[in-house]
Amino acid sequence: MDRLILNKAWMVRQLLSLLGCCLSVQALVCLRGLVRGALCRDCPVAVLGERSMSDRYSSNRSSNPSPEISPESLSLDEAIANLQQTQDPDLRYYAAWWLGRFRVNQPVVVDALLVALEDESSRSPDGGYPLRRNAARALGKLGELRALPGLMKCLDCEDYYVRGAAVESLGELGDRRCVPRLMAFLAGGLEAATLMPGKPHLREPYDLVLEALGSLGATEAIAQIQPFQAHFVEKVQYAAARALYQLTGENGYGEVLVQALAGPDLQLRRAALMDIGAVGYMPGAGAIANTLAENSLKLIALKGLLETHLETHLEQLAQAEHQPLSEQAIQTMDLMDGLL
Amino acid sequence: MTINSAPPALQPLLDRLEAAATAEAVRFAVEDLAAANLPEAVPMLIHVLGYNNPGAAVAAVEGLIAIGEPAVMPLIALLDGFNYGARAWALRALAGIGDPRGIDLLTQAAVEDFALSVRRAAARGLGKLQWQGFASGDRFPAQHKALATLLQVCEDPEWVVRYAAVTGLEALGLAWEASSDGTEAEDGAANNAANNKADATGRAGGRSQLQARLNSLAQTDESTALRARATLALQRLEHSAQQ
Repeated sequence: MDRLILNKAWMVRQLLSLLGCCLSVQALVCLRGLVRGALCRDCPVAVLGERSMSDRYSSNRSSNPSPEISPESLSLDEAIANLQQTQDPDLRYYAAWWLGRFRVNQPVVVDALLVALEDESSRSPDGGYPLRRNAARALGKLGELRALPGLMKCLDCEDYYVRGAAVESLGELGDRRCVPRLMAFLAGGLEAATLMPGKPHLREPYDLVLEALGSLGATEAIAQIQPFQAHFVEKVQYAAARALYQLTGENGYGEVLVQALAGPDLQLRRAALMDIGAVGYMPGAGAIANTLAENSLKLIALKGLLETHLETHLEQLAQAEHQPLSEQAIQTMDLMDGLL
Repeated sequence: MTINSAPPALQPLLDRLEAAATAEAVRFAVEDLAAANLPEAVPMLIHVLGYNNPGAAVAAVEGLIAIGEPAVMPLIALLDGFNYGARAWALRALAGIGDPRGIDLLTQAAVEDFALSVRRAAARGLGKLQWQGFASGDRFPAQHKALATLLQVCEDPEWVVRYAAVTGLEALGLAWEASSDGTEAEDGAANNAANNKADATGRAGGRSQLQARLNSLAQTDESTALRARATLALQRLEHSAQQ
């Protein structure tokens, strides 16, 4: 057997498992690097990618810093001080992410994030506003309605990613006052929803707009959302199906996501997994368990499914003294057991 | 990889795996190799755990579990190594086989491993050990060790590891329910009677510890899914006790 090739393959696998397996290790590496003054530019992207996979669908709304990170890296006071200072843009950028990640919902944090939302000093080579992006994401996690006007203003920012982050956060805040403005993004229909010339993205973050409208229960947007099922980007198609399932409860839209689980692209299968979990399409449970993807992700998706189901089920049974677990809930847990 | 003195059925399957050029072809070849259920295929199935191919790894794990006992020592040897990519899969295979020789590795991994997927697989496996495979004198100490470990794993910061610990506690509790109805009389030599009685007392204590922990998780865990799973475990234990 070729030792060299084996060793190389082993290293790659080890790296992959390190990157893939746990957010806390990654975050620790980044934050430790930062504390020492050494900055790794690639890390925030990776960390944030992971965040949107695991965090968005977690029901953990704890505002306390998680024990596995805080003592080793930033203290809460350090993070707040880093966000308030303006000398070191990189420290500020990380602090904004950190405070959102651990949902530190304190007035002083919200104030500092709102200031960061209008930052002019931190600019990326392509003219973007990285600090604004992180601040907008963090404000969505804190669930603080004071952020609404600032986030709405971000929808007009020239940076595509700031607009995307603001859209996502407005969906999380759950205040329907932003619905007309979000619907305006869809006004041009499919014809306007083309690639941005010279950029690796569309003109607007259509997938995030569709998702937000679904989470906000914007039934008035159904007619405008429907054409996007035929958009040329699959991710946008699935976002439309996801929103339409949330807005109509029709299984046909859930089935579109289930079919996506059989597609050839792993990234799209992962996205569809998370979508089915997030919207609680219970008939998709078996398909989630059987799709070719990491068990870790399937477990997160099934957990989302189970929790959405339990919440609605418990509401219906709110008066009952003893709340039995439904057959569907038990089946979902059996599927989860099989993936451990 | 060529294996001397292999049964004739094996070589064509190994050749097909060798020739497989895409991830999908590898997966199909491993599925066929696993379905052949040949103890001689163990080294290759273990080798596959190290590919970065989840579909193939799932098939290999299933094959190793079906082969069972002959796969145990090679898996333990692999886990002594440091190939982290394959660790979680190997642990799952070991957990699925449930061989008593795996208990030390499972207890250690459930608490100490840095990868949550490994802690998760180990916690699940601890509850599902084949307890009848232990010598009668070793059985209760082993169960007690599994219980102590699982109670500790219930404190893990990751929900999915706590979830796996709950399934482990459920399986252990069900094993105790099954053994408390007299099936252990087979041990019956007179000099074991005192031991059996002490074990029965220990089991009752262990069962109440286990139930208390499940109760508190069912009521106070921050994760809704975990509270539901602990509730289900309690219902199943109660149901089993009534039988």
